[in-house]
Amino acid sequence: MMQIIYFGRLREQLQSSGEKLEYSAKSGSVRGLLEQLCQRGEPWASALDGRATVLVAVNQEMAGAETALADGDEVAFFPPVTGG
Amino acid sequence: MKAITVQSEPLDIAAEQNAVRGSDAGIGALVSFVGLMRDINDGAKVYRMTLEHYAGMTEKALAVIVDEACERWPLAAVRIVHRVGEMQPTDPIVLVIVASAHRSAAFAACEFIMDYLKNRAPFWKKEYTAEGERWVEQRASDRDAEGRWINR
Repeated sequence: MMQIIYFGRLREQLQSSGEKLEYSAKSGSVRGLLEQLCQRGEPWASALDGRATVLVAVNQEMAGAETALADGDEVAFFPPVTGG
Repeated sequence: MKAITVQSEPLDIAAEQNAVRGSDAGIGALVSFVGLMRDINDGAKVYRMTLEHYAGMTEKALAVIVDEACERWPLAAVRIVHRVGEMQPTDPIVLVIVASAHRSAAFAACEFIMDYLKNRAPFWKKEYTAEGERWVEQRASDRDAEGRWINR
């Protein structure tokens, strides 16, 4: 299983703060996972489709589209940060 | 001393400064930055704000920034306190205290830490105006500010 987490605007658009997802080789990278989520249709497709900036962290470290995923990973999606 | 706290309680700036000051008699300079909540943003009056964060990652991301500052400058102490949750205008949001033997390192490192925090620490602000609530957008000037440290 993978733990997926959503923050900020994404959490509201998806009406979800996170979910558990079965790991599959298809979602073996961040890009693969994003494609899998977008295939669900709305609201995933417009929230995650790349028109708005979406950042990703894997196991609490900043990651990119090509970052590999493994079973048990924690993957967080969020908008650009606005702290300070 | 390197210490990072994310808290919903108000910041006690003087107490934090005194704790850093007393931690090392070799400290000759103590620089503090306090980020405050304003009552106006992007032309609208803001009545309150909520700040959410990615518990766990936030502390790690801040620790990486502190470590990088300590590699770049000879620092005696770094203290970061960041608030989350509900805030009102004039409330302190973030406190960064940097101490060193001499002031130049402390000034530079404090600015560096804030520039990196603005781009790398997973916090998100939502503000409440007369027109309703809205997520705060990241400023281009904050992204640019991080870049100026790359070659220094």
